Amino acid sequence: MTTTAYRGQEEFFLDPQRCIGCHACEMACAECETNGQLAMIHVDYVDRAESPQTAVQVCMHCEEPTCARVCPADAIAKDELGVVHSANAARCIACSNCVLACPFGVPKKVEAMKLMMKCNLCYDRTSAGRRPMCATVCPSGALYYGTRERMAAMRPNSSPVNEFRFGLQRVKTRVNVMMPKGSTELVVDGGDAR
Amino acid sequence: MLSTLNIRALGWALLASALLAASVVAGSRNLQNFDGALAAYLFATLFAAFGIVYRYAVWLQRPPTRLYWRAGWRLLFSRRFPAYLAELLRRLVDELALQRFIWKRSAKRGLAHVLLAWGCLSAFAITIPLVFGWIHFTLRAGTIDVYEAHLLGFHAFDFPLGGFVALNLFHALNWSSVLVLLGVFGFLRRRITDAGQIATQTFEMDLMPLVLLVLISVTGLGLTWDYELMQGRAHAFMAISHAITVILFLLWLPFGKFFHVFQRPAQLGVALYQREGEAGAQAVCPHTGEAFASRMHVEDLKQVTSELGYDYRLTGGGSHLDLSPQGKRAALAKAHLAARNESGAFFG
Repeated sequence: MTTTAYRGQEEFFLDPQRCIGCHACEMACAECETNGQLAMIHVDYVDRAESPQTAVQVCMHCEEPTCARVCPADAIAKDELGVVHSANAARCIACSNCVLACPFGVPKKVEAMKLMMKCNLCYDRTSAGRRPMCATVCPSGALYYGTRERMAAMRPNSSPVNEFRFGLQRVKTRVNVMMPKGSTELVVDGGDAR
Repeated sequence: MLSTLNIRALGWALLASALLAASVVAGSRNLQNFDGALAAYLFATLFAAFGIVYRYAVWLQRPPTRLYWRAGWRLLFSRRFPAYLAELLRRLVDELALQRFIWKRSAKRGLAHVLLAWGCLSAFAITIPLVFGWIHFTLRAGTIDVYEAHLLGFHAFDFPLGGFVALNLFHALNWSSVLVLLGVFGFLRRRITDAGQIATQTFEMDLMPLVLLVLISVTGLGLTWDYELMQGRAHAFMAISHAITVILFLLWLPFGKFFHVFQRPAQLGVALYQREGEAGAQAVCPHTGEAFASRMHVEDLKQVTSELGYDYRLTGGGSHLDLSPQGKRAALAKAHLAARNESGAFFG
């Protein structure tokens, strides 16, 4: 079978403030072999009427993925590397539970195909020791895949955070968000952020 | 193992197996029409039925599955019964028979899946009644070239040997094998050439089912090859090797990839749920101001996530699940911006 050469010491670091909305990551994402030439990454204007701020969002690969737990068809699985995979095409019944329940708003449903698809950390690449497509093309450092030490050297005034609180729910993820130095969590609670 | 045994599922599985065994006895007229040579196939089928019902019953107990199972049946037999029955029948043809959604994934996948699925389903439709003794054939008394087909012990129809009907009846499983092989080779091609598939597939879930289907089809065709071209000299080998592969398939049916055959009809219940949702109130995202799902679906998901141990309620009232996917992404970005802003530096 496929031989994996996963580099366990490398992690994904996301810094939404660095996103310049260039969509290069989308173009690269569509090149990922596991997506069927569809981009799974999200690049949004956060509030177009108020500001030019854009944000990029990949799957955060939660430790206890809500998408997988709410799937009625057992179609979403997390593997031993902590990667939460796209829906199993044989099982997905296109109910949208995962799309609506993911706290990060990541999964996409392709209705005609009756299939949910999402970022799977470019499994074809990362399992072979390469970086995800989006991280190889991001020109502004909003998306980075590498070692924690390298990231610390590049961003001395930031801390990688992989714990989130959505209202009362704590979520721990495999992917990190770069926060002000010393931060331990990112709170999303109806506008109350710290 | 006993500590994880699901008693309710065990009850359903035992009941289903007992009913199936009883239907075999009744349908074969107290086993008088049962072919003893097929006993191993029968026991493997009974085991498969037990396993499938057990797994299905466990599956239905999961909160999200239970939601759609109950809602699907409730909606079908609601006051909209005629409309929902029509929807169900339309989707039965479109999604389960023609499998149009797989063609949308790719035309080659669609073709391969339709060939494989109908090859397998037709083979089951032929094999199961024969194994159960529900169908059997006899030579019409006083003739040497007319067969009588019997269904559940009742005479069904006659057909002459050597004719079109006889050719297709006796070779029906061969036609099924050809369909299966064509479909399997379509999928094998994909599995050994598609880089995405190569990266994510596993032997037991993706390749072994295809290998098993090739073995079943080839050994099945071998039986005809043997009696048509080898004067039956290899019959014992062909019969035993075919039986072994089919029985392995049946024993593995509840555990492996083919269980999706039994899960797929859930898509029809989901379709009724979504149609009911479209007709009702819509959930409007507080961020985008646009409808993104049915209110029923969002409320049901709050209940399901709660049953699963998640609590997405916001401290100031409302729920994180009230946001659309885009709204959730924006909320995260805003929270991140606010945290950076508070720290006095947007970058660091």
